Amino acid sequence: MTRISTAPNDRGPAAGNAVEVHGIVKHFGTTKALDGVDLTVREGTVLGVLGPNGAGKTTLVRVLSTLIKPDAGTAFVGGYDVLRQPKQLRRTIGLTGQYASVDELLSGYENLYLIGRLLDLSRRDAKARATELLERFSLTEAAKRPAKTYSGGMRRRLDLAASMIGRPRVLYLDEPTTGLDPRTRNEVWDEVQRMVAEGSTVLLTTQYMEEAEQLAGELTVIDRGRVIAAGGIAELKAQVGGRTLQVRPAHPAELPEMARCLRDTGLTATFSADTGLLSVPITADEQLTAVIGVLGTRGFAVAGIDTKLPSLDEVFLAITGKPADRPAPADDVPSLAKEPVA
Amino acid sequence: MTTATLAPARAEDTGIGLAGHLRHVGALTRRNLMRIKADPESMFDAVLMPIIFTVLFVYVFGGAISGGQDAYKQYMIPGLLGQTGLTLAMAVGTGLNSDFQTGVMDRFRTLPIGRSSVLLSKIAAETCRALLSFTILIVFSLILGFELNGGVLNALGAVGLSLVFGMSIVWISMLLGMALRSAQAVQGVAMLVLMPMQFGSSIFAPTDTMPGWLQAFTKVNPLSALADACRALMNGHGAVAHPTFVVLAWSAAITAVFAPLAVARFRKRT
Repeated sequence: MTRISTAPNDRGPAAGNAVEVHGIVKHFGTTKALDGVDLTVREGTVLGVLGPNGAGKTTLVRVLSTLIKPDAGTAFVGGYDVLRQPKQLRRTIGLTGQYASVDELLSGYENLYLIGRLLDLSRRDAKARATELLERFSLTEAAKRPAKTYSGGMRRRLDLAASMIGRPRVLYLDEPTTGLDPRTRNEVWDEVQRMVAEGSTVLLTTQYMEEAEQLAGELTVIDRGRVIAAGGIAELKAQVGGRTLQVRPAHPAELPEMARCLRDTGLTATFSADTGLLSVPITADEQLTAVIGVLGTRGFAVAGIDTKLPSLDEVFLAITGKPADRPAPADDVPSLAKEPVA
Repeated sequence: MTTATLAPARAEDTGIGLAGHLRHVGALTRRNLMRIKADPESMFDAVLMPIIFTVLFVYVFGGAISGGQDAYKQYMIPGLLGQTGLTLAMAVGTGLNSDFQTGVMDRFRTLPIGRSSVLLSKIAAETCRALLSFTILIVFSLILGFELNGGVLNALGAVGLSLVFGMSIVWISMLLGMALRSAQAVQGVAMLVLMPMQFGSSIFAPTDTMPGWLQAFTKVNPLSALADACRALMNGHGAVAHPTFVVLAWSAAITAVFAPLAVARFRKRT
């Protein structure tokens, strides 16, 4: 039987790899949800899987959770083969996703207790573990209430707690913060960072570059079931051009003048009258100083200043040369250098 | 690496073992029963249906069908046992469907438990629901003046037989629950199956006034045999052995065909 400690061979996974995926293919009818995906997550690290809706992220997590069988390829989690050793594999993983859910009619405590019992904890241990996790995820006060009365953030925390009952070696977080408000999102991020600090290996799917940067050390970008880029966050950011500085002038009428001044000093500056923002792509920190210096010496009044990571669209644009294939949200790419009407 | 300490080496064996299975079925049955507690409205059908049907049929149709409410009580109430079991069994599919829809099933399927545990726990919880429903039906009937002429043991036999038949129907219900898209669709199809099955049987009226083609159906309808068996058992007269045998044969046949189909369908969704 393959164990994680065995030396790499032609069939089994390499030592130190918590997740190893080779050439996974999954069709749904004529749609290729996964079209030969390869990826590796090393033990104790966080891999971000970034991609738009329909890229195949959830299908990938479902394959790795033994919820669906791949049509081709191999995948090992914790040294176990998804196809041949599903039972052992299920003991190794924890799953938090948009689909693997808790029972809304049961209380938070009952949900966790049930999962503990299904993971073969004794009654006493299941009870203790449920209590411990409710405490840890600040749900003790809501423990006896049905999960359907929980707020979005509490639900997500309960989902996280549910996935941790069996102290899994590998955690899958499938878009853990989609649909959450920023404050709740930060709470979830804090929890994930804590799990990672305690040594969990995490595979995280997300649509947000910002989330990937917060949580993941390495990134795999997928689109239409294929890996289109993979590597460290820093490498990838270098590839997609880093941050954008956004300046909100106190007097929007000055936007064209501000842009002209910055261009005169050799910076690339665009602005949008619609959003009232001036955008300057930043490749080095000195450029930040330069922009602020130029605007200051020319006496422009600035109401706000912010740096923004590339959006998913911009990442895709940089990698593939075309926008991400999804219904256009449009508002995160500022319209370029449109002359104001006024 | 810290992960090593977080992951105590688990036994490598894949087997869950009988004790494990029982524990899982027990935990899941508890969950199903707690759902009922959390959503008491879901018991309305089990609690109120026997009462409504009894009142409706005995007092609305009783006089017209058999010339007297007392005679009709003795005729129809035993058959209601079978009808109640059948209706409750069909509700299992709806519950299973919503488990799939809400993602609870996906959570279970990522846990190291036997696939059959989820299905068996549904059956166990449904048995509890059906037993409550049977009790209410019998107690309410006795209040209305129904006479258990066949004795308590025979009445228990009728309950048991209805339960056995209902449990075979659960497999069909589960199959529907997994094959159809929404819980509403499951309920709709269940109604379509239930209505002709219930009324095209000897539960509510003797079949001899029905036209020949309908009699052909009522004769093979297992609900007729079930109603006949329960009637004979509870009233203490009439043939018991033959209809009982027919019901058991049907139950075995339905289980033999639909249990593997339901389990296969369940596995396929893995």
